[in-house]
Amino acid sequence: MSIKVKNTAVTDILWGISDPEIPVLSIMDMGIVREIKETGNEVMISITPTYSGCPAMDTIKDDIDKALTQAGFKPIVNLVLTPAWTTDWITEEGRKKLADYGIAPPLDAAGDKSVLLHGKKIIKCPQCGSENTVLVSQFGSTACKALFKCEDCLEPFDYFKCL
Amino acid sequence: MQDKIYQYLLLTGDNAMILGHRLSELCGHGPSLETDIALTNISLDLFGQTRNYFQLAGALTTDNKSEDDIAFLRMAHDYRNVLLVEQPNKDFAHVIVRQFLFDSFHILLLKELTNSNDQQIAAIAQKSLKEVTYHLDFSSEWVKRLGAGTEESHQKMQDAIDFLYPYSGELLEETPIELEMKEMGIGADLPAMKTNYYNHIHQVLEEATLVPPETSWFQSGGKKGIHSEHLGFILAELQYMQRAYPNMNW
Ligand SMILES: [Zn+2]
Repeated sequence: MSIKVKNTAVTDILWGISDPEIPVLSIMDMGIVREIKETGNEVMISITPTYSGCPAMDTIKDDIDKALTQAGFKPIVNLVLTPAWTTDWITEEGRKKLADYGIAPPLDAAGDKSVLLHGKKIIKCPQCGSENTVLVSQFGSTACKALFKCEDCLEPFDYFKCL
Repeated sequence: MQDKIYQYLLLTGDNAMILGHRLSELCGHGPSLETDIALTNISLDLFGQTRNYFQLAGALTTDNKSEDDIAFLRMAHDYRNVLLVEQPNKDFAHVIVRQFLFDSFHILLLKELTNSNDQQIAAIAQKSLKEVTYHLDFSSEWVKRLGAGTEESHQKMQDAIDFLYPYSGELLEETPIELEMKEMGIGADLPAMKTNYYNHIHQVLEEATLVPPETSWFQSGGKKGIHSEHLGFILAELQYMQRAYPNMNW
């Protein structure tokens, strides 16, 4: 479930912070901000990692800290592990931005069930839109991506794999 | 009590760290770009999981140990990883078989730990389980592909199975700490996982046209701190920076 928050000065700032590995996505698009508690000037923000070993978490934590401090807030950023992050939390807007950026967005949970069953799933090429694509490797350029190849335009591309 | 949970976290965390390190040695040396990237991604997942376990473990210590203290400042006999994960990257077959024997266990362990009475352990397990599902998928596919591949790849895989299979028993061996944690509902029931574990292993091996060696004897010792000479070399490299520049940070 995505979190529902009121738009405030704080959320405006958070929308402006991007994931260092996928700069087109805001951390809000990614769904890694799990809770925002504002008490006067103090803001408590809980974030959750996409992957246990996500090297971007420390940077994201620092970025939030810096941005909010500059805006006059007193932020406390903590890391929560549960419930575990899922690609379902990436916003619709975020999925569009991913595709425009050249990364095939994750299928929704129902569509991706087939992965576990070794069934065929159709990932559209973000370059030419072809559905004639093949999985090259379940592991790609970062922890959250798999590597695909388009059989029509012959370009390789990243797929944001479901988690 | 705190100390026992700490010990239990080492039993779990050290496996992830030492195997993560072994895989990291392959960075830039994988047999192909895709496998290189896959193995180092798995390594990264394992290091992330290790950090979660060690941060939790550190919070249980009276002298407030950091995750780095736990990872880098212990002597070889204080590490609790199984012997399997410290076995060297002899060739790609060894890397894959070691990974497969471990992943098949890891997934069963994490499934159990998601029900741990300890909320934090359950949270780490829940997170890790998603990642390890991909690991097992990867290693199983390669076992099948190479086992049922060419004559040469088949032979290399069979050699790796013959060598590494006797190291699988230790994964399910129950130490006094693990027994106690199981009884408290914090830890997993290792002996109960045995049937599922070997059923799965044997099923994949059969598909790969590989045969498990006939053995009733299993290697053991790592969980008690009695390691092969390999761990010493791993730690020399792993600990160098922290030993040479204490408290250094990225
Ligand atoms: Zn294409």
